[in-house]
Amino acid sequence: MTSAVLQVSDLRVTYYTDSGRTRAVDGVNLTLYAGERLGLVGESGCGKSTMALALMRMIKPPGRIESGSAIVGDETDNVDMLKLNEEQVLQARLSRIAYIPQGAMNSLNPVMRIGVQMIDAIQAHRPKATKTEMREQAEAALESVELKRGVFHMYAHELSGGMKQRVCIAIGILLSPKVIIADEPTSALDVVVQRQVMETICKVQEKIGATVILIGHDMGLMCQITNRVAVMYAGKLVELSTVREMFTNPMHPYAKALIASLPNLDNKGVFRGIPGLAPSLLKLPSGCVFHPRCQYAMDVCKTTMPQQSVTKSGRYVYCHLYDKDGNQVSGTPLIKPEAVTN
Amino acid sequence: MAPLLELRNVSKIYSQGLLSREQTIALDNMSLVLDDSKPSIVAVAGESGSGKTTMSMLALGFIEPTKGEVLYKGKNLYKLPANEHLKFRREVQAVFQDPFAVFNPFYTIDHLLTVPIDKFKLTKSKKQARTMMEDALSAVGLRPDEILGRFPHQLSGGQRQRISVARALLLKPTLLVADEPVSMVDASLRATILESLKKLKKDYGISILYITHDLTTAYHISDSIIVLYRGGVMEAGDVDTVIKNPKHPYTKLLIDSIPWPDLKLRWGTTDLQAKEGEYKSTTGCRFAGRCPFVMPKCKETVPPLFQTDKTRAAACFLYEENPQLARQNITELISA
Ligand SMILES: Nc1ncnc2c1ncn2[C@@H]1O[C@H](COP(=O)(O)OP(=O)(O)OP(=O)(O)O)[C@@H](O)[C@H]1O
Ligand SMILES: Nc1ncnc2c1ncn2[C@@H]1O[C@H](COP(=O)(O)OP(=O)(O)OP(=O)(O)O)[C@@H](O)[C@H]1O
Ligand code: SF4
Ligand code: SF4
Ligand SMILES: [Mg+2]
Ligand SMILES: [Mg+2]
Repeated sequence: MTSAVLQVSDLRVTYYTDSGRTRAVDGVNLTLYAGERLGLVGESGCGKSTMALALMRMIKPPGRIESGSAIVGDETDNVDMLKLNEEQVLQARLSRIAYIPQGAMNSLNPVMRIGVQMIDAIQAHRPKATKTEMREQAEAALESVELKRGVFHMYAHELSGGMKQRVCIAIGILLSPKVIIADEPTSALDVVVQRQVMETICKVQEKIGATVILIGHDMGLMCQITNRVAVMYAGKLVELSTVREMFTNPMHPYAKALIASLPNLDNKGVFRGIPGLAPSLLKLPSGCVFHPRCQYAMDVCKTTMPQQSVTKSGRYVYCHLYDKDGNQVSGTPLIKPEAVTN
Repeated sequence: MAPLLELRNVSKIYSQGLLSREQTIALDNMSLVLDDSKPSIVAVAGESGSGKTTMSMLALGFIEPTKGEVLYKGKNLYKLPANEHLKFRREVQAVFQDPFAVFNPFYTIDHLLTVPIDKFKLTKSKKQARTMMEDALSAVGLRPDEILGRFPHQLSGGQRQRISVARALLLKPTLLVADEPVSMVDASLRATILESLKKLKKDYGISILYITHDLTTAYHISDSIIVLYRGGVMEAGDVDTVIKNPKHPYTKLLIDSIPWPDLKLRWGTTDLQAKEGEYKSTTGCRFAGRCPFVMPKCKETVPPLFQTDKTRAAACFLYEENPQLARQNITELISA
């Protein structure tokens, strides 16, 4: 196996608001290898963006990183993002780990030309580069996301939503980082451009041996693009599997329901949402956080938090239906994804 | 019945940058009538930059057409007297594409939702206002106790997007223009929100202009669909007909490119000829540069709409044996 380029352990992030403490990321462990593409999925508000922001050290008050480490890089050259000082963080961002934020297109400065914003980003890291070099680098990045070089001179309002999103991706890959986190990079794009953008991200990734974390809701995209899929629920990673395992045999009941809710062209008008609301992160249910909505919930689920089960193939899941080696505990129903109906 | 909203031969042309001789035809000669006697959900689909948001901004009266007219109950939207304009503002609601841009960051969600209640005098009672807010939030899968009192930046992307939908639901409009309303929520919630939009149509007779690049949801929620490419209508008609059996080469490409959550259907088997670019020339078919079926005449003449079925037309010379349909008449297809 290739070397790990991102090792996250026991990451915890809390938002302190008037109404209480929101545990947005609650003890996440994750190791990613060079060349790997991880899909991070989960209900809206479950903490995906917060996790990404924490890895970038971009959590702002009232949010706080409570604990954890996030080691970026291989054995020979790495940093712990959560231990760096302010200045080191600025250097590490974009060059070691880049984040293409959700709704990135709105983060472009409306009164600055696109090119100026790109040069600003490069300059902080390559103070010795000449204007021409930086401009060449910026225009090449624009081209790599299928934009015309002329976009360099344009303003954000002159571009469509999709074009702006691609500008942000171009900025994210400017300095060839080892970890690229793309937060819903294509949710505003049509399928054709989606494919182009994803192919671009993959190409860049292969060239620089980076790992990509793709945050999103489009399970079709996840299925086509990623190698592994992590499912998050209420601040926790509840299952981590290869894409094949996830789509053919999801283990966690939430993952099963998610896979079963996917639309296709044969089931028009059938909406299979998962019943019930996502839990309030202010007041999490006891035991397994999914138990109020889980159709397999047992008594133990209401009182005891499930421990991690790890299968031989290395996938992991948190659920009382499985023993610590990931084998189905006898007596529990055997479940096939097709059988999950709501 | 009088049409509620009508785009009549509307075009929007942008002159770009300092070299302002360069023009972008964001929307070209679009006509569409939405009738309030027959509520329906019309999807407008197309790739990035195809003019979808431009069309919704025109319909909402946020930008003025370069050519043609936008009519509200038969009157030019830009010449409405103040009282009718307020009525329009209430009856036609919008959910914007970018949930990160729309909310004033200094107001809490309560405040953001109270403003329209006060402005349109939905109720005088504080208690009733609260109930209305809570109902609207619950309808989009949000917990009122968790959301009210917060600021927009304290919400996740999908939560913000749902606030926009909730705000629109609150006002029970006659027409909802929804630009990518569910792009940032998961499949399960997407189903829930779309279901609540469908229910709106059924229970309150609300028409919806559903703007999206997501053909799967368009198929599930809409009655009819208009496929745009570089500002022009490529194909329009009944949603089942168009999606299940697309005729226009561009619609085919779009449908072929959907990433399916199915390991057996690999993405990227068809070759992509996509190149970003606005439509600048008016000679020939806009899709000719990417079309696998391009013929010499495609580069010379703009293909008119050919009516291939009772409920569908495609702007492509491959179907020229069929009768032509005038552009201003596409509404006939979708209300059939
Ligand atoms: N600045 C903040 N202050 C308080 N709470 C916050 C803040 N930012 C996020 N939250 C809360 O933390 C939780 C996790 O938010 P996050 O943005 O990480 O979700 P997400 O998984 O990215 O969701 P989505 O898919 O909708 O983007 C949500 O319940 C959200 O309301
Ligand atoms: N204010 C403007 N000035 C100049 N050009 C503009 C302006 N607004 C839009 N355009 C151009 O008009 C075309 C259509 O843009 P529009 O925003 O309508 O696309 P869209 O279909 O909504 O795309 P997306 O799916 O990316 O949101 C694009 O080529 C865009 O660059
Ligand atoms: S631990 Fe129990 S409640 Fe939780 S997902 Fe597993 S079966 Fe369901
Ligand atoms: S008119 Fe010609 S170029 Fe245009 S879509 Fe049809 S076959 Fe292709
Ligand atoms: Mg998010
Ligand atoms: Mg748009």
